[in-house]
Amino acid sequence: MGSLLQVNNLKTGFHTEDGMQTVITGIDFEVNHGEIVGLVGESGSGKSVTSLSIMQLLHDTPGEIIDGEIIYKGEDLLKLSEKKMRQYRGNELSMIFQEPMTSLNPVMKIGKQIIETISLHLNMSGQKAKQHAVSMLESVGIPRAKDIMNEYPHQLSGGMRQRVMIAMQISCNPSLLIADEPTTALDVTIQAQILDLLKDIQEKTNMGILMITHDLGVVAEICDRVIVMYAGRIVEQATVKEIFNNPKHPYTKGLIDSIPKIGAGLDELYSIPGAVPSPKNMPKGCKFAPRCEHVMDICNLEEPALAMENGRSSRCWLTQEQSQQEGVVGHGQ
Amino acid sequence: MGNNVLIDIKDVKKHFPLSKSWFEEKQYVKAVDGISFSINQGETFGLVGESGCGKSTTGRLINGLIKSDTGEVIFNGKDLASLSEKQWKAYRKKMQMIFQDPYASLSPRMKVKDILMEPLTIHFPRMSKQEKIETVKNLLDKCGISEFHLNKYPHEFSGGQRQRISIARALILQPELIIADEAVSALDVSIQSQILNLMKNLQKEFNLTYLFISHDLSVVEHISDRVGVMYLGNLIEVASKQSIFKDPKHPYTKSLLASIPQPDPSVKRERISLKGEIPSPSNPPTGCKFHTRCPLAMDVCKEKVPIMQKLNENQQVACHLY
Repeated sequence: MGSLLQVNNLKTGFHTEDGMQTVITGIDFEVNHGEIVGLVGESGSGKSVTSLSIMQLLHDTPGEIIDGEIIYKGEDLLKLSEKKMRQYRGNELSMIFQEPMTSLNPVMKIGKQIIETISLHLNMSGQKAKQHAVSMLESVGIPRAKDIMNEYPHQLSGGMRQRVMIAMQISCNPSLLIADEPTTALDVTIQAQILDLLKDIQEKTNMGILMITHDLGVVAEICDRVIVMYAGRIVEQATVKEIFNNPKHPYTKGLIDSIPKIGAGLDELYSIPGAVPSPKNMPKGCKFAPRCEHVMDICNLEEPALAMENGRSSRCWLTQEQSQQEGVVGHGQ
Repeated sequence: MGNNVLIDIKDVKKHFPLSKSWFEEKQYVKAVDGISFSINQGETFGLVGESGCGKSTTGRLINGLIKSDTGEVIFNGKDLASLSEKQWKAYRKKMQMIFQDPYASLSPRMKVKDILMEPLTIHFPRMSKQEKIETVKNLLDKCGISEFHLNKYPHEFSGGQRQRISIARALILQPELIIADEAVSALDVSIQSQILNLMKNLQKEFNLTYLFISHDLSVVEHISDRVGVMYLGNLIEVASKQSIFKDPKHPYTKSLLASIPQPDPSVKRERISLKGEIPSPSNPPTGCKFHTRCPLAMDVCKEKVPIMQKLNENQQVACHLY
């Protein structure tokens, strides 16, 4: 394993009526070869903006990358020209979106859409490109792949469309796949099929996957490592086992406890009070402080740093004080 | 919790015609193809299934938003199909609906207080304005919205708060039955748990009966007393929550349960994930509609439609295996 993608101090903002509003406030993380990294958080936490920043697809939004580096295979993507970046997109890094109906072109046959990518990046043409497209469709488990090449997206079901999306995105054998909520719009039985498929592809090709999702069940199932975002920041980062067995940040713990678990027989679910703060009304100290049940004086005054400890990190005064004072402050419930 | 049946659905069907030219043979989408179940007073009945299985149509058939083709919907001993439009008004008051998308189901041009007062104006024309405002304030408070927000518009609220307002709107007429159609599906988990707790508390306080329609089995398990599983317009299993989640009988229920990703990395999901996808409801398979995807399909399944049979006090299943 080696570092495939390294994001350093990425800051992204949105132009609003009240000036520049920073929505990603300096995040750092990496994705290694052959690793599935989960990026989780609630709506508005900045996970999709992070993925669009990596792909540099913010042109259609009021967003702009303010600062930082996105190092892909040793090269800073932010320094590349748009022409060069276009060669990378779809070829080196590619992206699957949530809604397969809106991300496929409705008036173009499926075969043509896949061949377009292939001929652009792989220097294949005619019969060869067509053969490659059919074999890609077959590899993602699409029956009658040859016929499907001549059909339009609306003729397929949601699950089939998402398979077509995946076939298209892996057709040029990218090293990094960004999957933005790829199963959220699908039924649970189809979701299971797509997750199995992604896992199989990842094992076969050793690509790195950045999996953006709000569903912790999906994370537990497929990811190796997890990054939890809140209000445009990373608040915790750890392996999937550590996150679920021993979450350090109260937000992570709250998220996990909020999910109804089958067979738990609880009368009342745990719930985090309040809601995510808006970028206009960010609390001064820790951004989670107003919703946190362990809040201390310092939390309202100063924002904790993302402190690294034993290979995992957490942005919380509780764990940081704890490590300084050797467990004087309890992490009680 | 009494065992009085509040609503009894008997062999209800709804087929939507597909628009075709006059000369061709008429085709129908068999959205609901003969289902029967009942819900007791004070109970939560969860209705689950994949998209297109007819669960939302069932909800709408019950509260009269769609008229059924055949069958009976008996509410408190009264067959709703026999009611005239005028008589319906009294029954609408008794069953209210909460919809999935709190962004689309509240009028963007009405203030919160007007949204909540409108049902009172329609059903209690003699109520004074002061009384109405008091009722609205009281109820909003119970739903976790302070009276300070009365004069705001829906766009000023977050998704979770909007869903609280939708719940208050559904409760304002003191209904007996609430039909919640994917009421928490659009919400983030932390907000989802707040709303689920609220719904449970309100149920206790007002002795409400819920029909809880959802595709999310973990949510259904949390909130329901009994659960019905639908597939292509038919109920295939109805059982108490305990029976269905611990000992599912129908192969479809089993594979649905096995497909849920568990929020626990030490649990490995068995890969009996279902092959293929739900067939089109306009041209469903013969016999048992599930036989095309069923891992245990036998010859009889292709020919004969299985009938719902009672396995024990708590469990009914429509499958040739039993």
